[in-house]
Amino acid sequence: MSTVADLVQWGLRGALLPRRRALVLRLGAVLTFLLLWSLASGLVVLLNLFNPIFLAGPWLVLGTMIQLVATGQLWGHVIATLVRVIVGFATGAVLALALGLPAGHFRVVRNLLEPIVEILRPIPPLAMLPLFIVWVGIGETSKIAFITYATFFPMFLTTVHGVQQVDPLLLRAAASLGARRGQLFFRVVLPAALPEILTGIRLGVALSFFVIVISEFIGAEEGLGYLINDGRNFFLVPQMLGAAIVLGLLGYSGNALVVLLGRRWLRWEGPPAS
Amino acid sequence: MSPASLVGTGGARVQIEGVHKEFPVDGRSTPALVGVSLEVSAGELLCLLGPSGCGKSTLLNIVAGFLPPTGGRVLVDGTPVTGPGPERGVVFQEYVLFPWLTVAQNVEFGPRLTGMEAARCREIVARYLDMVGLREHATKFPVQLSGGMKQRVAIARALANNPSIVLMDEPFGALDAQTREVMQEELSRIQRLEHKTIVFVTHSIREAVYLADRVVVMTRSPGRIKEVFTIKLPEVRDRFAPEFTRYEAAITRLVKEEVAMVRE
Ligand SMILES: Nc1ncnc2c1ncn2[C@@H]1O[C@H](COP(=O)(O)OP(=O)(O)OP(=O)(O)O)[C@@H](O)[C@H]1O
Ligand SMILES: [Mg+2]
Repeated sequence: MSTVADLVQWGLRGALLPRRRALVLRLGAVLTFLLLWSLASGLVVLLNLFNPIFLAGPWLVLGTMIQLVATGQLWGHVIATLVRVIVGFATGAVLALALGLPAGHFRVVRNLLEPIVEILRPIPPLAMLPLFIVWVGIGETSKIAFITYATFFPMFLTTVHGVQQVDPLLLRAAASLGARRGQLFFRVVLPAALPEILTGIRLGVALSFFVIVISEFIGAEEGLGYLINDGRNFFLVPQMLGAAIVLGLLGYSGNALVVLLGRRWLRWEGPPAS
Repeated sequence: MSPASLVGTGGARVQIEGVHKEFPVDGRSTPALVGVSLEVSAGELLCLLGPSGCGKSTLLNIVAGFLPPTGGRVLVDGTPVTGPGPERGVVFQEYVLFPWLTVAQNVEFGPRLTGMEAARCREIVARYLDMVGLREHATKFPVQLSGGMKQRVAIARALANNPSIVLMDEPFGALDAQTREVMQEELSRIQRLEHKTIVFVTHSIREAVYLADRVVVMTRSPGRIKEVFTIKLPEVRDRFAPEFTRYEAAITRLVKEEVAMVRE
């Protein structure tokens, strides 16, 4: 437990636990979870509570997944989902930066873009999915375009905000060292806004996994969302759970990748490593 | 004026002509500076003294080109100031380092902008970090520095860009008394070598008398010039000389008058 002494020394982030101990705690949590899950599914069978197929135990799920891997089916689904997420998210990120950076920088651009974004943003992206299907069709393009649409907003807004909150004193300092307009942008505005831009990118990554599943429920022939929906149609609960777990792992890796990049790029931000 | 040479190239003349500055406060425009006229000769070190809030930083910001004056103008070697420029280096009251750059990268920020080659930049960085005593901290980031260290990086960064004019806003305010005296001696040594034009804001009368060719005392807000002292002391000054103390006493009396009136 953190004492007051720990709090005042480290703030709410807390001191770093020794590596080994942190690892043990984390592994312990995962194992406990798996154990509880096994127990629950075991109890259902033992006490004959309801049809055990509703709550497949982890071993059953693992077995189904191994089977899907062995028959080579899983990779196709994973790759289909990943390609959609990567293309859709990357397009969203490029658009968000291409519009957000100038919108943060130039008041004219901001005043042109903000009203549109403010009107569209409160609409839950999922409400637009049927429209996307009507407009773009049911194929790959509509799925990718939908991810782009959904992830654009948080990334655009954090980029605009990140640029706007750059300390004007930094601009003054750079200008009096001889920086011209372009140099001010690339050497001051961009690095100063980067932490917030990265926050937006993390939101975007999370959101793209969130929305891809739903668009894969509707008229897809492959993808993890399809696998879940297929499992529902044929009552394959282990397949549904397995696909969900794979999605979770992918999302986790995506986030970890951005965090890793952040650590590289934002080395200057953290408190001194001690 | 190229920052390429390691030794400075002397100062420029600054003329402040009838500068007024008003700020909007609650919808009404409130004067901060009233009719300030001042000429700083090339190579002169001028100290600005005055009660807190009298407009010293505002005046410096106008000379730096960060703020337009409401009235009047500022000329540098005869050319009106319309914005910031590398010939006028600034050391801010609030340090203002680039937090994503290391100490060394902060110092070479200016030279790098001109496309100077890396080897030459390293030479300049080494020279100015040595000068402020931070060589062994070159690879640290600003968050890892103390307040006084940050301020010394800011000074090194401004000087490394070899400006002909340096505007310094309480640059030694965050330093301990000993470091402060060392930095004063260092600045006075640089000044004897490089003859830059320096406008130096301080609250320390001793510091002003130690450094300045002239000391300008400003009135309480809205600021105007109350009196200008020419310090006729040798280039290398003795803080304990009787004439030094006499200047100190005379200026103290004047500043006290203003501060007392602020409190009324
Ligand atoms: N951006 C601004 N908007 C409104 N008023 C301002 C602004 N900047 C400065 N002022 C006012 O102008 C006056 C002068 O401020 P300035 O910062 O120049 O004082 P100073 O002499 O540098 O004080 P200190 O010694 O405390 O640093 C103050 O009354 C301040 O409230
Ligand atoms: Mg000030």
